[in-house]
Amino acid sequence: MANPTGWKPSTEAEAPAAAAEAPGLGGAVRGLVHEEPLVFERGSPGRCGVSLPAAERGVDPALPAALLREGGVAGMPELSELEVVRHFTHLSTWNHGIDTGFYPLGSCTMKYNPKSSEAMARLPGFADLHPLSPPELCQGALELMYALERALSEIAGMDATALSPAAGAQGELCGMMLIRAYHEAHGYPRRKVLIPDTAHGTNPASSALNGYAVVQLASGSDGRLHPETVAAAMDEDVAAIMITNPNTLGVFESHVAEIAQIVHGRGGLVYGDGANMNALLGVARPGDMGFDVVQYNLHKTFATPHGGGGPGSGPVAVKESLAPYLPLPLVVREGASYRLVTDPAERPRTVGKLREFWGNFGMFVRAWALIREWGPAGARATAELAVLNAAYLRARLAGAYHLPYETPSLHEVVLDDKHQQAQGVTTMDVAKRLVDHGFHPPTIYFPLVVHGALMIEPTETESKETLDAFAAAMLAIAEEARTDPAALKSAPTRTVRARLDETRAARKPVLRWTPG
Amino acid sequence: MLEVIGARSLGELHASIPERLRLGRPLDLPPALDEIALLGELRRLAGRNETHHPPFAGAGAYPHHVPPVVDQLLLRGEFFTAYTPYQPEISQGTLQALFEWQTFVCLLTGLEVANASMYDGASATAEAALLATRVTGRRKVVVSAAVHPEYRKVVATYLRSGQASVVTVPFGRDGRTDLAALARAVDAETACVVVGYPSFLGVVDALPEAAALARKAGALTVAVTAEAVALGLLAAPGALGADVAVGSFQSFGNPLSFGGPAPGFLAAREDHLRQLPGRIAGATVDKVGRRGFVLTLSTREQHIRREKATSNICTNSGLCALAATIHLSLLGRRGLDELARLNHARLLLLREELGKVGCPPVFSAPVFNEQAFDVGDAEAVVAAMARRGILAGAPLSRWFPDEPWARGALLCVATELHDPELIRLFARSVRE
Repeated sequence: MANPTGWKPSTEAEAPAAAAEAPGLGGAVRGLVHEEPLVFERGSPGRCGVSLPAAERGVDPALPAALLREGGVAGMPELSELEVVRHFTHLSTWNHGIDTGFYPLGSCTMKYNPKSSEAMARLPGFADLHPLSPPELCQGALELMYALERALSEIAGMDATALSPAAGAQGELCGMMLIRAYHEAHGYPRRKVLIPDTAHGTNPASSALNGYAVVQLASGSDGRLHPETVAAAMDEDVAAIMITNPNTLGVFESHVAEIAQIVHGRGGLVYGDGANMNALLGVARPGDMGFDVVQYNLHKTFATPHGGGGPGSGPVAVKESLAPYLPLPLVVREGASYRLVTDPAERPRTVGKLREFWGNFGMFVRAWALIREWGPAGARATAELAVLNAAYLRARLAGAYHLPYETPSLHEVVLDDKHQQAQGVTTMDVAKRLVDHGFHPPTIYFPLVVHGALMIEPTETESKETLDAFAAAMLAIAEEARTDPAALKSAPTRTVRARLDETRAARKPVLRWTPG
Repeated sequence: MLEVIGARSLGELHASIPERLRLGRPLDLPPALDEIALLGELRRLAGRNETHHPPFAGAGAYPHHVPPVVDQLLLRGEFFTAYTPYQPEISQGTLQALFEWQTFVCLLTGLEVANASMYDGASATAEAALLATRVTGRRKVVVSAAVHPEYRKVVATYLRSGQASVVTVPFGRDGRTDLAALARAVDAETACVVVGYPSFLGVVDALPEAAALARKAGALTVAVTAEAVALGLLAAPGALGADVAVGSFQSFGNPLSFGGPAPGFLAAREDHLRQLPGRIAGATVDKVGRRGFVLTLSTREQHIRREKATSNICTNSGLCALAATIHLSLLGRRGLDELARLNHARLLLLREELGKVGCPPVFSAPVFNEQAFDVGDAEAVVAAMARRGILAGAPLSRWFPDEPWARGALLCVATELHDPELIRLFARSVRE
């Protein structure tokens, strides 16, 4: 077999220092860890993990031989079902998920994903439903989408919501398309978009994809965007301002209403990045603060699984002024029945379609299940407990770690490595040592306005005991940074792999297995 | 906890939100449900959808058997509840699986590099068109009318903001892209030619001929595959001249789920690696020389390059890609070959049976597992069959309302789920 990476099994002598001492504060010890080759490096010719009936006909002679493969796809593995099960089970044990332990990845809202929601999405009536089913055969799905649309509009304080965008970034892309369409309908699309320096990287990329130049705005020393900064940058060529609220420091943009007034006053629109909606559920609504459009991330706020990087779902909620431009489909109720609007003739000003069919319906089922589980009080309690947990960690950790902004924060808190710098210990070292303690590290080196940022978002689903264990680990690491900084550099030591050479990965890209 | 924080009440924690911006009333949402009531309510909704029989509609969403082992592995919480593998040391499972996904995509498409998945086939096609404009510096995208109409709509939406214009080329009476019209449309301004393989009409389109025309004009060829099982039987698009292959691997391991989520894929020639959108997993070594995997080439991406990124995509379809990777691993070389041949055989059987009741194919070009049949009045047939709880197919008049041939044209799929008995029953019912 080819081995393009030069990988070889390690020996005991080469292995990083084994952690034979006490478990980390999150309970991590080296367990029964299996090496696992690539699926392409396993198996034996002739094996197969499926059972299928024989084909009743041969290949249509009308298909030219030049367009056919013979003997199957070369390089495909040949494995039994058990081999496949072992392979992926081994791989799974090399991962840390929310089910494994605490996962305070800031801005990603890694809350518990209810198993009941999973079970519901797997009901045959949802899972086996074809998207082109006539309305009379899919009323349940349409009713669910309609109810979710209404609920998301209510939670955001908006008038209408398009469910179809596939993830938060596509929701942003969609939102900026709506803004562009709105300005075009008013005679001139404008050329610029204002984006604070605390924004997610997707914001400028989404603006650029819509042909807008990005003007970056500096946030104030309190971590907030100030009206005078916006007023100075605002003119008739600015299409919109993109604001995340609370922002990526976890700080509520308390001047948002005034800022919206300034932008609206010059004919601009206000876009809200809804990544941090978990802080606001039932407490405050973007629509009541002057936002014209906001995108959701159902996989964050509404606990649909993150799945190792998706699928997400990024519904876009808007005020009446932008509703005519929403992408298709939309769901409407007519008497006691529901229908999808898919024909642009019914919505002549729509920006069009952003993905095939109707959106990530499987995520709608899970999100709706959670909203039903919450009810109005549960939604509000979610925000309150998310903020409580973040505030608690802030109180426990500020001091041992530098708090770059004294301004009160909501659902997440940003710390940095300033106190550790004297010993040469960086945020990266802290993050890697947290792994040895059995915790997923926070988001690191983001937002960019904080040098060496550690962005911690505990979410509402974690217990005080978990927060205390995490805080104890963070404090132990701060202590270790003072007393034995060199040891930190070797972290993590309890993982299946030591620190990986990312430079080599980028310089000599090996992006697939190649048949030998 | 409040004491440690120094607050008196939970409400105080939201004090940084000015009073006038607060909601001040409970959200207008339906009341909370306990778990038993919740499951009852969701079952009620699911029960109002008809899914007792496998649909005879494909048209971009394909009914296939998903071996139970796929879902059981997928539900392992370590996969399921992890996020983007930003910390590679504790994400090796996700990263290695993505590396395997990329390899499967390359093997099936016959191309050299692939990314870690896209939102879906439609947006992958739009991203491929954008990639072609960046690679060639040209601003015209030529799309066959036989490419999935939903995909074409998404391409139009993505390109509307001014990056490029879209020119649509018709298909001929045999269902294949009209090559003479394509030759007229492709010129020195053309960034790429986009053709379906198989096309929306189920037809194995003239990919080699289209690719030759594109190459002569210095344009790229984008092959679009919504039914990826076809790639088990058909020659790889990369071997037929495609520079970029996109589409969906929903057919592998992913349920219909009313059309989403599903794993979009994007593969390309190595020359275009730096222009690929989205995340890519790569192999490397750790400090002691053991093979491991990381997300790599991130200087293309939005979190580094911001407004100069190749795309704004970040979260993709990771879990759906994992489902496809598991299913492809189970199938293996032999299983995929068998599955593809079985699907093709079932379509031939469906064609025979529909032929017996006077429903001939609308287009003469060869197909894989999907074909348009002239059933007289396609919408009427769908309505009549819906009363019996069966989705009979996709009436093409919905996408081609002005074409006289489309009124009778019902696009039907046959897969391993449609056994010969069901196919015979279906064909008899179509004419009742």
